[in-house]
Amino acid sequence: MPITHPNLYLTRLTGAIPAWMGEIKPNDLQPICQNVRDGGGRLVALWGSDERAQRGGFALHVTLVNEAGLICLSLPLAAQQPGYPDISRIFPVANRMQRAAYDLFGIYAYEGNDYRKWLRHGAWHSASFPLRKDFDSAQNRGEEPDAYPFVKVEGQGVHEIAVGPVHAGIIEPGHFRFSIVGEKILRLEERLGYTHKGTEKRFEGLTLQQGAKLAGRVSGDTTVAYAWAYAMAAESIAAVTPPDCALWLRALFLERERIANHLGDLGDLGNDVSLSFGFSQFWILKEQLLRINAALFGHRYLMDKIIPGGVAAGLAESGKQTLFEECAMLEREVHLLRGIYEEHAGVQDRFIGAGRVEPKLAAQLGLCGLAGRASLQSWDARAQFPCAPYDKLDVQMATYRNGDVAARVIVRFDELFESLRLQREILTHLVHNSPLSVPLETLPASRFGVGMVEGWRGEVLVAIHTDADGKLTRVHPHDPSWQNWPALEHAVMGNIVPDFPLINKSFNLSYSGQDL
Amino acid sequence: MYQLIKQIIKTGIKTESPPLPDEAMRVETQRLQEEILHVFGRALSIRQVDAGSCNACELEIREVNNAYYNIEGLGIKFVASPRHADMLLVTGPVSRHMETALKRTYDATPDPKLVVAIGDCACDGGIFGESYASCGRVANVLPVDVAVSGCPPTPTAILQGILTAISAAK
Repeated sequence: MPITHPNLYLTRLTGAIPAWMGEIKPNDLQPICQNVRDGGGRLVALWGSDERAQRGGFALHVTLVNEAGLICLSLPLAAQQPGYPDISRIFPVANRMQRAAYDLFGIYAYEGNDYRKWLRHGAWHSASFPLRKDFDSAQNRGEEPDAYPFVKVEGQGVHEIAVGPVHAGIIEPGHFRFSIVGEKILRLEERLGYTHKGTEKRFEGLTLQQGAKLAGRVSGDTTVAYAWAYAMAAESIAAVTPPDCALWLRALFLERERIANHLGDLGDLGNDVSLSFGFSQFWILKEQLLRINAALFGHRYLMDKIIPGGVAAGLAESGKQTLFEECAMLEREVHLLRGIYEEHAGVQDRFIGAGRVEPKLAAQLGLCGLAGRASLQSWDARAQFPCAPYDKLDVQMATYRNGDVAARVIVRFDELFESLRLQREILTHLVHNSPLSVPLETLPASRFGVGMVEGWRGEVLVAIHTDADGKLTRVHPHDPSWQNWPALEHAVMGNIVPDFPLINKSFNLSYSGQDL
Repeated sequence: MYQLIKQIIKTGIKTESPPLPDEAMRVETQRLQEEILHVFGRALSIRQVDAGSCNACELEIREVNNAYYNIEGLGIKFVASPRHADMLLVTGPVSRHMETALKRTYDATPDPKLVVAIGDCACDGGIFGESYASCGRVANVLPVDVAVSGCPPTPTAILQGILTAISAAK
């Protein structure tokens, strides 16, 4: 058992990741969360569901993680006044998730300290909740202009800079409100939700296979991790294990996604400190990798290559040779470029000390993924909950304690080399001695399953609820950006405005994955 | 500094120049440059707007800046403000939350202007379609000159889309 509590009865879920589920009563939510928090655990995800048709009310779902695994709690709520005890004082990162759950379902936290809307802007009006099953989109179209009460910073010489939603570069939309004195940032407040496109509602009623495609498009740069987490959740419900070679290929795809994104980010980080040399060099390497992906697996970003039950692309022996050669080339080139970055005084001057998140603050905020590891938060699902094939790979987690841009660069370099090592290992183990997938067409009725995968940005979680016919009734994809966006607000404090793009890029968080 | 310069020399020019084997592409890149000179004088400026995409299209649009595609070598550059732009490159199903911002960006772009929709979602709503939160394809919100399909479209397809839009503007 991951935790014990007198009113908590957990049952183990089948599946690749160690996970337990249990139903609790409202009064037990805070003590259980506190118990997990005191033991060093974190909040992974929080979402709502409309179960009025099945049992006459709504439900709140809270997934926590500690060293034993995932703890998935369900809290049934009344149909009228569906409230639950606030947990944002225990886990500050719950704040935005609770507000999003209200915007989408109308379920709310008692005695919360922030009741502003989060995902809702003007697309639907305030008394309507789009993820309720009886929501009528035509009748509830919001017509009033969007208004959001930003926190005002007052004092002599304080002024505001409003940035976005359309940003100056080729990036996703969001709004940043800076309160500054001179060039120094006193406060940053983020306003997200611009790319909210109804992803969660779209899952409802899709077939399992269509859902896999949608999961792969929650955040395009993390398509492999989402597709795997979705497949893992489905396989957990159906109690199906994919063939060995499919699992090896999944790990290969996941590590290639990590390598591609780290290469791109390292180039961008060079670009943001005016070393355009870094951008051209790293992006040349990234393009070479993407071309190999297209040639060997049929898609540059490996979209739709992981399916429930297995994978949709294999690897021939000649392809293995190509990948071994690529590994050697990347190791050589990245090593050289790392040396150039490290010896470049101008680059290091901008990297070191910029956007620092101290380990203590990171722990309070529940920072996760690569940004967390750069602030000494040693969580990596591949190392802690090594599901096949990672149980045979002994992943070395990269952690660093400085928590600044330089630390996030170091972690990226270390992880890139580790991924190259893993790719070699995977290629040696990978044998095509079975089909690439086992059939998995439909899911059993009224079940719950969860999958978690360490994507390049951090832990990606997908939860699936099925209805009485085994159809997808609620799918919640959770991006690590939920955890890390609030930390960015802290990271930039006291820095100068021109360093914001650099600090922001060093986190490189997803808008689409958070906005859903 | 020695290592840096050595690396630049060793890397050489990666840009896929006209005489390379891809014959179709060669003709297009040459034509592209002529078209740009003809329509926009010396350069084409593009403002990219993500109106709600999953960010995969952004990855590929960034790729056209890669040394392999070297869009700036063709006289095309991405600019930070719509007021400096000749063309909007729009991705995503247009989320209802981005509808106003997209229209304002379009209004802020001086005439004559072109709109190129990038990716399946921008072309027809894609997997997200139209919903309480999504207006669907870009053409539901703005007049679109050219639509480039693909999930996401390759950098080559994106370059071709830009060319097609310029040809139509003649």
